[in-house]
Amino acid sequence: MNFFVKKVATATAILLSSTIISHAAQTDITIGMQLEPPNLDPTGGAAGAIDQVVYANIFEGLTRYQADGSIAPALAKSWNISDDGLSYTFHLHEGVKFHDGSSMDAEDVKFSLDRARAEDSTNAQKALFAGIASVDVIDATTVKITLSSPNGGFITNMAWGDAVIVAPESIGNAATNPIGTGPFVFSNWVQGDRIEISRNDNYWGNPVALDSATFKFISDPTAAFAAMMAGDLDAFPGYPAPETLPQFAADPRFTVIGGNTEGETILSTNNKDEHFSKLKVRKALAHAINRQEIIDGAMFGYGKPIGTHFAPHHPDYIDLTGNSNYDPELSKKLLSEAGYPNGFETTLKLPPPSYARRGGEIIAAQLRAVGIKAEISNLEWADWLKQVFKGKDYGLTIVSHTEPMDIGIYARPTYYFQYDNPDFQQLMTDLTAESDPSSRSAMLKKAQRIISEDYVNGYLFQLARTSVINSKIKGMWENSPTQATDLTGVSWTD
Amino acid sequence: MLQFALTRFISLSLSLIAASVVIFAVIEIIPGDPASFMLGINAQPDTIAALREQLGLNGSLLSRYVNWVSGMLVGDFGISYTYKVPVSELILARVWISLPLAVYALAISTLIAFPVGLIAAAKRGKTIDITIMGTTQLGIAIPNFWFAMILVLIFAINLRWFSAGGFPGWEEGFLLSIKSLTLPAIALALPQASILARIMRSSILDTLDQDYVRTARAKGLSQRQAIWRHALKNALIPVLTIIGMQFSFLMAGAIIIENVFFLPGLGRLIFQGITQRDLIVVESVVMLLVFAVIIVTFIVDLTYAAVDPRLRKR
Amino acid sequence: MTHFPRTLIFGGILFSIFLLGALISFVWTPADVEILQITARFKLPSTAHWFGTDHFGRDIFSMIMVGARTSIAVAVVAVGIGIALGVPLGLWAAANHGHWLDDFIMRGNDLVFAFPSLIIAILITAVFGPSAFNAIIAIGIFNIPVFARISRGGALSIWTLDYILSARVAGKRAFRISAEHILPNIANLLIVQGTIQFSLGILAEAALSYVGLGVQPPTPSWGRMLADSQTMISIAPHLALFPGFAIILTVLGLNLMGDGLRDILDPRIRRTQR
Repeated sequence: MNFFVKKVATATAILLSSTIISHAAQTDITIGMQLEPPNLDPTGGAAGAIDQVVYANIFEGLTRYQADGSIAPALAKSWNISDDGLSYTFHLHEGVKFHDGSSMDAEDVKFSLDRARAEDSTNAQKALFAGIASVDVIDATTVKITLSSPNGGFITNMAWGDAVIVAPESIGNAATNPIGTGPFVFSNWVQGDRIEISRNDNYWGNPVALDSATFKFISDPTAAFAAMMAGDLDAFPGYPAPETLPQFAADPRFTVIGGNTEGETILSTNNKDEHFSKLKVRKALAHAINRQEIIDGAMFGYGKPIGTHFAPHHPDYIDLTGNSNYDPELSKKLLSEAGYPNGFETTLKLPPPSYARRGGEIIAAQLRAVGIKAEISNLEWADWLKQVFKGKDYGLTIVSHTEPMDIGIYARPTYYFQYDNPDFQQLMTDLTAESDPSSRSAMLKKAQRIISEDYVNGYLFQLARTSVINSKIKGMWENSPTQATDLTGVSWTD
Repeated sequence: MLQFALTRFISLSLSLIAASVVIFAVIEIIPGDPASFMLGINAQPDTIAALREQLGLNGSLLSRYVNWVSGMLVGDFGISYTYKVPVSELILARVWISLPLAVYALAISTLIAFPVGLIAAAKRGKTIDITIMGTTQLGIAIPNFWFAMILVLIFAINLRWFSAGGFPGWEEGFLLSIKSLTLPAIALALPQASILARIMRSSILDTLDQDYVRTARAKGLSQRQAIWRHALKNALIPVLTIIGMQFSFLMAGAIIIENVFFLPGLGRLIFQGITQRDLIVVESVVMLLVFAVIIVTFIVDLTYAAVDPRLRKR
Repeated sequence: MTHFPRTLIFGGILFSIFLLGALISFVWTPADVEILQITARFKLPSTAHWFGTDHFGRDIFSMIMVGARTSIAVAVVAVGIGIALGVPLGLWAAANHGHWLDDFIMRGNDLVFAFPSLIIAILITAVFGPSAFNAIIAIGIFNIPVFARISRGGALSIWTLDYILSARVAGKRAFRISAEHILPNIANLLIVQGTIQFSLGILAEAALSYVGLGVQPPTPSWGRMLADSQTMISIAPHLALFPGFAIILTVLGLNLMGDGLRDILDPRIRRTQR
């Protein structure tokens, strides 16, 4: 009897809750995005906006990033790694189908990886696949990947949006009609305005709560503010106008989420520049900068100061901001010692994001105070890539390095800030070969110290990712371990 | 007449060729490589080279120019580098926003300008005329993007009568689409209406000062009758010319307004094309706009010449 | 010349205020526009800051003074380019009336007119990089056909006059006639048109710096002040209002001046506008 009552009660509760869901909760969502993806093929372009639409929603890889930055199985339900660390055997889920109805199997995995590492590949992250020596199909659901040398980060590499599994029949049209294995299917793209996706009813994994989602492209921060306030949008991950966040925070309709990103925002310094090649000048530069003023002035308080090129939420992070505390007097003294009692002139080339444009104006003013005259030029990304990144024709620039765990770029002497330190390069080589966690941690800490004490770049702050969402939405990512708008866990409460 | 049309047609063709050369040359020297822009900062040189090959960026200047022009002649504008769809498709989709917006703005400006200009002319020198003329001076002086910002502040953010921008698409309903074009159209129409009202007024006054109208007035024709019978008809020619000019201006000149209201129109297509180095889109859309203006001028010239034979010799 | 039209006086006063502000800004502004003080941002207008402070805590009144300098300088030079190149072209075309050269120059003019000016200006600054210099060029180019057309029109009507004919008969070269007789006679036309192009130049500079293609920071410009203030318009509207008013009043002043000057200088118009 008791048992029966319990059962009825449970059934009623289920019935009730399902009625509530079907009657009250909304099942569509409109998400604001600042940049429109140029196309929807994540394997053929670097634009982060592509992944923000398709990652985990339309396309899936062998593994995937989760909200907290950890790596989880995706199309591969499990894998074995050989003792020498050279071969990875992935076991795929069975019965996975692409949106066009064709099945996803080991052949597709082989095709996708071989395509990404091919000679004529246009994959923007080709380096992720560089260590692969061969990809072999064992059977329909088993694939073996052999590496040419051990790589502790291989499972993580396979979680990138550039490493998703695609089908040979449909990849040619992926730019405008992406066909993946994910829980959402692409339905419509009004170029310049929005992209619509809808639920994949034949999804192999857990079904998603949303029926459909619309990504709306609003590049202008004011327009983003107005659209959010007017209720045209339900969520704006990576909201572009931090100055208006207090207004959203005060409004019960909205929730403001301040998450972190992998973006170390730095005052990149040309280490081969006639002035900045001198350590004393770079040190003077570091002490001339008032980080808190930049965070307040450019980011309206959102962002964590950093003293080296490492994400503060990472367990191996060490706080080295003390190496470059704000001290304009010391800065002037160092400049005199370096032979510039009256300062010097240099260039400050700024890409479009507001952290760079606003931060640049503040830094230029701070540098003027110690005698360094930095002439600002505001560049579009294409010009920035050409002049600064490829041409290395610059003194200073501001940019956020959003790739996760990218301290290794300091071991590349031809990288745009041209830091050439053999000791650091050796350290990075040792790190790749090392597998013991505690030695790895010690090496990472040492690396952070070296670049901080060499004042390679001006280390400003860790870019915050502030999102504004409707208070009734749950399941959005707070942090941004990779560029994505993962809707698989998103739903409306009533 | 035929000879006039023929010489005009030749000069039109020469203009088009000259325009295409100028546009192609300017686009060619724009710094920044579309391929490296698309692949981002981690791309390797061989990847960029592969993409350049795919985009057809490696041919000689002359062959690329010839390909571009000959493609355009048969309606093939090439494939957008970033969107990877035919440029003609992009243009077609965008025209259905820019064109209605221009028509809407023009309608608003004409509807305001006609009565206002008429009243000012009828009440020449009176307080109302001076007030109207002062207001139109103000209307000309207001930058339309500033006006747009103020409109958004008042009607979208504070009153929430309109959405702050965006375009739902015609398939979502005519009224909804028109509503979303209303604020941008008003922002565009204000300076145009001011200019048009002034032209309206001065052309009516010009006619009223003509000798034959003065004679008629002396014979007892009232001011009101003079305006309705003679002035209005004669004022239409300069006014229509201005409207024609404004229309081509509105098609191209909405570039900033389209950005403020994030409308996916032609202007924003060009702006995005410039920043994303989608050069093939920029060349083609600019060429199309120039083509439109040249054709409109050609038609206007012919019409005038048909009406007024003296104009055929110039 | 005893009677100045009210439009000229009123417009002249309006414009002089901004011109004066621009000139004074060379020697004095209430506050240094290159010093940022984040803690003092978004201050409303007060006795300390007449127009309040912006998002970096800079004094908006001072920025408008220095911004006037930018706007006026860019517009003046752009008009200068138009006159320096357009007028000789127009005179040359008029002197060769009936010749293919005239046709060629005028067709070239039409061609420039056919280009959407704002888009080309954006293209030019995208090619050569954003700077005050390139903004001037981008705006100046479109002034050339305007002045060419108006000086050709003016010159054509003067070429038919008797005393020009006699000068020709006396063996004077077309170049000398253009310089000695025609140019002084079309000066009035040019002054009126110059004022109008000047006000259009101010608007064009504002539009270019609004999209980020004018003078670069830290030099203040009205257009960029508007662009910077855009996202803050709901929390600090005064950031957008004051530069907007500055643009409007300057352009209004110039347009009124243009009207007034036309009334005095252009006899054709004087008859109908009486």
